[in-house]
Amino acid sequence: MSATAVAAPKVRAAGVRKSYGNLEVLKGIDLTVDQGEVLCLIGPSGSGKSTFLRCINHLEAIDSGRLWVGDTTVGYEQRGNKLYELSDKEICRQRTEVGMVFQHFNLFPHMTVLENLMEAPIRVLKQPRRQVRERALGLLAQVGLAEKAGSYPKSLSGGQQQRVAIARALCMQPSLMLFDEPTSALDPELVGDVLAVMRNLAETGMTMIVVTHEIGFARDVADRVAFFDGGQIVEVGPAADVITHPQQQRTREFLAAVR
Amino acid sequence: MTTLSVPSTSEYVELTTVPRRHPLRWVSAIVLVGLGVYLLADVFTNPRFGWDVVSLYLRDVSIFHGLVMTLVLTVVCMAIGIVLAVLLAVMRLSPNPVVRTFAFGYVSFFRGTPVLVQLLFWFNLAALYPVISFGLPGVHLDANTLITPFIAAVLGLGLNEAAYMSEIVRAGILSVDHGQNEAASALGLTRGQTLRRIVLPQAMRVIVPPTGNEVIGMLKTTSLVSVLAVHELLFSAQIIYAKNFETIPLLIVASIWYIAVTTVLGVGQYYLERRYARGNRTLPPTPWQQVRKFFRTHAPVERSKA
Repeated sequence: MSATAVAAPKVRAAGVRKSYGNLEVLKGIDLTVDQGEVLCLIGPSGSGKSTFLRCINHLEAIDSGRLWVGDTTVGYEQRGNKLYELSDKEICRQRTEVGMVFQHFNLFPHMTVLENLMEAPIRVLKQPRRQVRERALGLLAQVGLAEKAGSYPKSLSGGQQQRVAIARALCMQPSLMLFDEPTSALDPELVGDVLAVMRNLAETGMTMIVVTHEIGFARDVADRVAFFDGGQIVEVGPAADVITHPQQQRTREFLAAVR
Repeated sequence: MTTLSVPSTSEYVELTTVPRRHPLRWVSAIVLVGLGVYLLADVFTNPRFGWDVVSLYLRDVSIFHGLVMTLVLTVVCMAIGIVLAVLLAVMRLSPNPVVRTFAFGYVSFFRGTPVLVQLLFWFNLAALYPVISFGLPGVHLDANTLITPFIAAVLGLGLNEAAYMSEIVRAGILSVDHGQNEAASALGLTRGQTLRRIVLPQAMRVIVPPTGNEVIGMLKTTSLVSVLAVHELLFSAQIIYAKNFETIPLLIVASIWYIAVTTVLGVGQYYLERRYARGNRTLPPTPWQQVRKFFRTHAPVERSKA
C-alpha cells in the first residue's frame, strides 16, 4: 500500500523529544507515515513507543521537535519562529481527526455500547443524533457486535470491549487511527477477533499506527515496522525486512526473545 | 499395604449430620428482647411522657409550619452546599496552585470552626459590615435588613456544608479511572464536557451514599438555627412548651417528625444509589420486588380438574 501512496505524508515527526523529569523517554524521533499506510511500532517496554503514539494526539506534549498530522502541527501553532501551545478547544478539534484505541479499552461504563459510540460525534462534531445512530449501528455490525448495542460494557468480554472501543473511535470518522497495545490486556483466545477487525480496517485504506507485541500481526498486516529501543528508532523498514531479516543486532536480540 | 481398603458405602448410609447448637445466641437474643420489652413498657406506662399531649400536638399547625421550614432549609442549604462543593472540588484538582490553595483554605476554615459559631457570625454580620456594597459603586444595602435570620441560617449552613461536601465530591472524582479522562480527550471532548458527561456521572456512585448521610445530618443540624429564632421544627416546639411547660411531650413530637423524614430520605437514598450503580454490577432485588416475587410464587394455584 505504501508503494501507491504518493501524497504528502499523513504523519511526520522530526526530532521529537520528550522527558519526564530527568528521564528522557524520546531522544529525537524522525519518522513519516504515508496516507493509507499501516505502521507497527515494536520494541521492549519503556522504549518510548507508547509515549510517541500519545504525542501524536497531544495526550503528551512534546518538549522539542516538530510533529505534523496532515499539514497541521500537533498541539502547537507556529508564530514567527516560536511554537505556541494551542488552546484546549483547538487541541480538541485536532483530536477529532485522530482515533485512538487503548490497551485497557477505557469504554465509558455508565453508558451502553451504543451510547459510547454516539457520545463524541453528537457532543463534539454536533452531528444530528439520527445520522450518528445509523453510523454507529453500522460500525457495530462491522465489528460483529450489532446485537450488543444496548448492553453495558461490563457485560462484554475483553475482546468484545476492545472491538467496541475501535468502533467508538471510528464513529468520529477519523483519518488516522492510533492503537496502543490493543491486544495486550486480552486473553489469548480473544486476540484473534480484535486483530481481524484491525486487519479489515487496514484493508479499507485507513492510516494506522499500531504499538504492538503481536509480531505475527506486524509481519502480515503492517506495511512498515519501526523498532524502538531506549527512546530511539533503531530500525525502520518494510515489515518483512525488519522482522525476517533485521539489520541491527539489537533488533535481532529483541525478536529472538519475543518469539 | 499396596491397596487402600475402601469401606463399603453401606457404612455411610445411616449417618446424618447434626448442626452445631448455638446456646449463646439464644441467651443474647432473650436478654435483648427482654430489655426492649421493659423499655417499651416503661415508655408507654410512664405518664410523664405525656402521650396524650404528644398526639395532640403531632398535627399542630405551627409544628407543621416548623416542619416545612426545616425541609426548606435542608433543601436550600444542601443545594448551595452541593453546587459550591462541585466547584471547590474542581478547584482542588486544578493545575493552578493558587486556585488549589484557595479551595483548600476554604475547606480548612469552614471545617475548622463550629457551625454554631458560623451561624452566630452571619447573624451578627451587621456588627462587622453595617453597609454591604459588594465593593460595587452605587450599591448600599443595610446589613440589618439584608441578613434576616433565614438568610443567616442559609449562609451558615450552606457554606459550611459546601466544605464537607467538596471532600466527598473530590473523593468521587478521584475514584474515576484516569483512562476515562484520556479516552474522552482522545475523542475530542473538552475538559468541561469530560467532567459533566464522563467523570461526574461515574463519580456519583461514590458520592451518593455519603451525600445521603449529609442530607440526613443537615436535616437535624437545621435545629441549631433555633438559636437565631428561625421558626423551624425545634423552635416551633420550643415556643409551644415555653407557654404550656409540656417540654418532654413537645420534644417527642419534634423527634417523631425528624425520624419520619429521615426514614423517607433513607428510602430515597436507596433508590438513588441503585440508579447510579447502572452498568457496574447486577443489582439485588429491592424489598418491594422481593415482596412481589413472594406473592407471585405463593399465589393460589388453580389445579386442573383432570
